Amino acid sequence: MTDRTDSTLLGPADLVGNGVNGDDPDAGGKFGVFGGRYVPEALIPALDEVAAEYDKARNDPAFVGEFDHLLRTYAGRPTTLTEVPRFAERAGGARIVLKREDLTHTGAHKINNVLGQALLTKRLGKTRVIAETGAGQHGVATATAAALMGLECVIYMGAVDCERQALNVARMKLLGATVVPVANGSQTLKDAINEAFRDWVANVDHTHYLFGTIAGPHPFPEIVRDFARVIGVEARRQILELTGRLPDAVAAAVGGGSNAIGLFHAFIGDEGVRLHGYEAGGRGAGEGEHALTLTRGSVGVLHGARTYVLQDEEGQTIESHSISAGLDYPGVGPEHAWLKDIGRATYHGVTDAEAMEAFALLARTEGIIPAIESSHALAGALTLGRELGPEATILVNLSGRGDKDMGTAMKYFNL
Amino acid sequence: MTTLQTVFAKAKADDRAALIGYLPAGFPTKEGAVAAAAAMVEAGCDVIEIGLPYSDPLMDGPTIQDAVHRSLTGGTRIADVMRTVEGVAGTGAATLVMTYWNPVDRYGADRFARDLANAGGVGTITPDLTPEEAGPWCEASAAAGIDTTFLVAPSSTEARIKAVAACCTGFVYAASLMGVTGARETVGEAARGLVERTRPHTGLPVCVGLGVGTGRQAAEVARYADGVIVGSAFIRRLLDAPDETSGLAAVRELAAELAVGVRA
Repeated sequence: MTDRTDSTLLGPADLVGNGVNGDDPDAGGKFGVFGGRYVPEALIPALDEVAAEYDKARNDPAFVGEFDHLLRTYAGRPTTLTEVPRFAERAGGARIVLKREDLTHTGAHKINNVLGQALLTKRLGKTRVIAETGAGQHGVATATAAALMGLECVIYMGAVDCERQALNVARMKLLGATVVPVANGSQTLKDAINEAFRDWVANVDHTHYLFGTIAGPHPFPEIVRDFARVIGVEARRQILELTGRLPDAVAAAVGGGSNAIGLFHAFIGDEGVRLHGYEAGGRGAGEGEHALTLTRGSVGVLHGARTYVLQDEEGQTIESHSISAGLDYPGVGPEHAWLKDIGRATYHGVTDAEAMEAFALLARTEGIIPAIESSHALAGALTLGRELGPEATILVNLSGRGDKDMGTAMKYFNL
Repeated sequence: MTTLQTVFAKAKADDRAALIGYLPAGFPTKEGAVAAAAAMVEAGCDVIEIGLPYSDPLMDGPTIQDAVHRSLTGGTRIADVMRTVEGVAGTGAATLVMTYWNPVDRYGADRFARDLANAGGVGTITPDLTPEEAGPWCEASAAAGIDTTFLVAPSSTEARIKAVAACCTGFVYAASLMGVTGARETVGEAARGLVERTRPHTGLPVCVGLGVGTGRQAAEVARYADGVIVGSAFIRRLLDAPDETSGLAAVRELAAELAVGVRA
């Protein structure tokens, strides 16, 4: 890949990633054996339509230019890198550098994907977007893009999550979205996705499902990745400028996996760069206590794709748990499943307690309050730094800011 | 054991549509599901689809979600589904399993097909399995001697209808509308057109489901389809009944009304 230093943020190859790393899914939407489409036949034409329109869009300089323009003038890109030496003292002296997605408009990396997909929605001639949300960040980002582009917006959110993230519910409403609490099943992200699919199949003629992570049926894993990969494209260029070499490792939290793939993707071809993903280890290793899909799950089908899933021996989904709503998901994007199986990326668990410790540590040592999701990657980086030694540089995706998590933090730390 | 071929041949000889009823295994209870299905068969259902309860039924509306949730809460396992099939097949109805793909995938396609055949089941309906992913299931079903049924929808293109129909051996399931399961005031306008678009691509029966819940609707659908599929309306009767006896009476009454409809 060429390193771009001119004022244009993205070239077409940067945006689409098509063939850059030779790792696009095949025609059936498969990454190795993972991905594909396990959905009602009724949705196939819509998925085909989205895939075909996206293929045109990513080769259209006008579309790429508009996305680039929005990322720079609306989302606040490029986001900076911040080196965090005081935090890194706890990592055996390794250099830790943060990619500051928390500084984007709306406060999390989710804005990248929603701007791309909202533009795609307009190209599709659709007037309404629906989305699922866990922590509320994707919901807020979607409501934001919908407001910006004049699209009707309905957000499905688990009733439990609505309670955990009341502030984000209010933000979405203020932005003009309708928030529908989903009270069935585990009342979290997976049930919100089920409900969004039900809406989509009934309203597909005028509605785009603005999927928020790299899971789901093809082409969502590919589209969401491509709109998120700007994170890694920028970070790779910036870390070369900052340190003169590629990092030894990059680290990111993994729920559905979009912020992680967004950072990883530009580095997949760099064999010397280790890719580390951190899943929510929750309260412990017991059933229903964690969201360790890649590290403790098994291969199955959930939400339209073959991937790793938390399931029992009869294929029933096991409910996940994490202190962070954004990682509380019993599935994961098929591209991560593939990266795990080919050995290119390594995935680990970080417990609620470890994540909350890193959350507080970054706040006290660097004056940055991270999202609890991102805190899993921060905790992982501390361990990784001690393993790799003081000569190592670790690039961490600070995928979002922690303002939304203050309610959780107040309870956890008795503030 | 009654096969789908026997059912559709008989219905055709009678110049009527077949009546296909759906109930999830384990609802209202494990034994209650068999009793309800038996009542539906006595009152005129030719085929019973036993639903395999799944934690993430994203094609189902609130009625079936509710029933499935109760079934899973009650501890229904795949062994219970197979026992339910065995009990229902014993009534003389052609008995199918309707299931999302992941439970079968996890159980093992070959093992599932074999166990279903051994229980007296004659086929499956798999609403989230598309032709692209259906290969292993079609092979396993053929080896076990059970039929496959997949869905076409109003949004399906000619090419998709052709591909889906080519994977079916039992019948083709035409979804009457764009939406999830659940009884509606009217059957989707698109249903008739979809059946007509499907006919040139298959010699198999074409049956219509989604949104059918009354005798009048059954009669309307029976004019152009080979089978009428009813699910949520039966479940609604059971959910609304104050006790099991009145629930059984209510499903029997509905099945009788629908049976008149498919003969109209």
